[in-house]
Amino acid sequence: MRLTADRRGRWHDWLQDMARRADTQSLRDFYAAFPDDSDAAIGDTPLVAIDLETSGLDPRQHGILSIGLVPFTLDGIAIARRRHWVLRPPRGFSGESVAYHHITHSEVEQAPDLADVLPAILAELQGRLPVVHYHPVERRFLDRAVRERTGSVFRFPLIDTMEIEARRHRRPWRLRLRRLLRRSPASIRLNDSRIRYGLPPYEGHQAVLDAIGTAELLQAQIQHHYSRSTRVGQLWV
Amino acid sequence: MDPELLDIRRHLGAHPPFDGLTDDQLDDIANQVEISYYRAGSQILASNQPINALLYVRSGAVEVYRRSGDLFDRLGEGSLFGHYGLLRGRRAQYPAIAIEDTLIYAIDADGFDQLYETDSDFADFIELGRPRMAGGTETHTQNNDRMATRIRKLVTRRPLIAESDESARAVAGRLADEPSAALLVVESQGDDPRYTYADADGTLWQVKGILTDADFRARLVAEGRSVDTPVGEIVSERLVAVQSDETIQEAMLAMLRHNVHHLAVIHRRRPIGVIRLEDVVRYETQSSLYLIESIFSQRHTEGLARLLPDVRNAAVRLVRDGADSRTVGTALSSIGRSFVRRLLELAESELGPPPVPYAFMGMGSMARNEQTLVTDQDNALVLDDSFDPQQHDDYFAALAQRVSDGLDACGYAYCKGGIMATNPRWRQPLSVWQRYFRSWIQAPNAERLLHSNIFFDLDNLYGEERLIETLQTLIATEAGESPAFLAAMSRNALNRTPPIGFFREFVTEKDGQQNDSINVKRRGTAPLTDLIRIHALACGSQAQNSFERLADIKTTSLLGPGVADRLSYSLEVLSLARLRDQVLDIENEREPDNNIEPRNVPAKQRAEIKEAFRALSDAQKFLRFRYPMPAGGAQKRGR
Repeated sequence: MRLTADRRGRWHDWLQDMARRADTQSLRDFYAAFPDDSDAAIGDTPLVAIDLETSGLDPRQHGILSIGLVPFTLDGIAIARRRHWVLRPPRGFSGESVAYHHITHSEVEQAPDLADVLPAILAELQGRLPVVHYHPVERRFLDRAVRERTGSVFRFPLIDTMEIEARRHRRPWRLRLRRLLRRSPASIRLNDSRIRYGLPPYEGHQAVLDAIGTAELLQAQIQHHYSRSTRVGQLWV
Repeated sequence: MDPELLDIRRHLGAHPPFDGLTDDQLDDIANQVEISYYRAGSQILASNQPINALLYVRSGAVEVYRRSGDLFDRLGEGSLFGHYGLLRGRRAQYPAIAIEDTLIYAIDADGFDQLYETDSDFADFIELGRPRMAGGTETHTQNNDRMATRIRKLVTRRPLIAESDESARAVAGRLADEPSAALLVVESQGDDPRYTYADADGTLWQVKGILTDADFRARLVAEGRSVDTPVGEIVSERLVAVQSDETIQEAMLAMLRHNVHHLAVIHRRRPIGVIRLEDVVRYETQSSLYLIESIFSQRHTEGLARLLPDVRNAAVRLVRDGADSRTVGTALSSIGRSFVRRLLELAESELGPPPVPYAFMGMGSMARNEQTLVTDQDNALVLDDSFDPQQHDDYFAALAQRVSDGLDACGYAYCKGGIMATNPRWRQPLSVWQRYFRSWIQAPNAERLLHSNIFFDLDNLYGEERLIETLQTLIATEAGESPAFLAAMSRNALNRTPPIGFFREFVTEKDGQQNDSINVKRRGTAPLTDLIRIHALACGSQAQNSFERLADIKTTSLLGPGVADRLSYSLEVLSLARLRDQVLDIENEREPDNNIEPRNVPAKQRAEIKEAFRALSDAQKFLRFRYPMPAGGAQKRGR
């Protein structure tokens, strides 16, 4: 595995540290409850799939348009527990991405700022290990957005289903992947990965639907390449 | 509706039983889904595992096994499993394994319960897999509802009534002013309580018959009798009546069965009217009745043969109009019988009157009134015992040849096995037939069992009714008394087994094999009628029609509770599937056959057909147990 014991250990220390020094109570609670034991079995770990829709790819210029999430475990994805927030990005947004995400301008105009819903989002994430597809987007956008609003760094371990896919295919695939990345949005790449596991294509690229799709993909990946007892430290990035 | 659930909702909504749900119900269900992925080869359910959800195959494929390890079902996208377990103590009945990478939607037991309690269509769909207490009758009621025009709608005026001692002249005078040209003849005393009623004054009357123009012609004018003859003497004695709440369909069938043009309509034992053939025809577009009229007006075989497209059209129309298989089977059998009768009439007029009395016997589907559009001829001649082969056989050989050739020309192909009256072996006097039947029952072997399956559905098509009745009685009294015969028939009935069901566009066999099509006669209706015949013989039923046999069987304890209904339902489903596919063939200008292709079967019917196969399979397993080989029986046969 590429991840060193050192790096896994760092996550533990980092989370402990943030639980003490994050700037808001809800953030401190979030860090304190984070499943930080890298030796825990993935099958026993509560998970939450997250998908962001953003107005672009650069967190310095673009903002988060919506957040979708669904708590799950390897045993099941409970649709009823899905959550979805449409957000108003502080720096505006381009019409192009709005059309792609099927979020209307007026929806975004009337939407709250992330600061208003952050406690609710953190409550949903609490005690669960986040799972995303292509983590650079979620990690950088969430960190930037939370840091702008609270002053605290917002970084934590994530399982990235795309990174797991990349591990399967070593370098040549990674190169191809990088080329692919420049062209196609994450949700299309998600469907490409899903097809390899016999998962049905979902129509529409809505944040919750992509979160559900990501959760299904992780279930499939674990069954095909790992096991319920695989340590989370072996999977997270 | 949240857009993110659209995909889940759309998928559920495209598959039964969810396709019948309201939008709100569908939203509820979609919202309760829990999704799980199963890699190919992994176990989804273990036998007896607690189960708290209905499982739906979103993608992939699942196999369900019996505890014995036999394949129970193979399920594709949009199929359900786990409902048996949910309904029976919330424990999985059968283990289930993903045979492809599979995505399962689990629908919470509470949501399932709520739907099951409140939505009867949903419950019906789920119930298909369980013994239905009123399965058969339910189906028929539904079909009746579909053709819900009750016969009373055709009754527009009170019946004309004449007392039996009124003179023909007086009655004819009353009839002259009437368009109906039919009236009921009643008499003050009678012995048939079915047709006895009390009038407004409390006087008891019995309906004797329906008097029509034909009676005046045939029994008065033609016989040169006085116009003062009491109408009681010229009315035909055979009264055919229907209840006012029976459907027009049933009235039509009564006319077909009895070959009459008028029916008395009875409401709570009181005659409320007379309906005529024309009344029915005006309401019904089905041309079966016209067709039969047409058959009897043909003067030669060529004319009869030209009616083949009409026969097919009549059946297509019946099936398209939603008739049940009994209606179609009876109509087609009546048409077939009419061909036989007309061919015999034509042959007799050519060859002269028969030298000894005879009965022309029909076997198989025609005797059972279960004909479809694909049928060959199975017939035989039962001759009076005064038959002398030297003197008489030339006549009957010629008679049989004419009928057989004629039937072949009319679309009833020659029987490949030679079960036809043209075969000297099947053109014998009653005493020989009795000997045949007794030997088949007493010492069955492979050939005799085959013959028993064909000949023990028998009915008179033309001629001396008593000859056939004698044989029917012999079978009904003797076959059921012979455990060894029933045991041999039972073993024989297990030679043809049903498949498990359909999976995607394939037929799934018990060994997991897949085929593109299935012969639903050979693998479904035939083995089912075979096993119904055995139970019918065991209980001494004289009925020939499988549904009537099941009704007789139901009054005994031969089968467990609900089983007769379940079989009746299954026979209806399989027969209808066969007829529908034949109609599809005709509409697509293909020669109709007995094969059905899963790709042509809508999802809802697939589930019904699968359940029918399952019922047949269960009943076959029970058969061997119900009619075991008597001790020593097998030994005797071995010697």
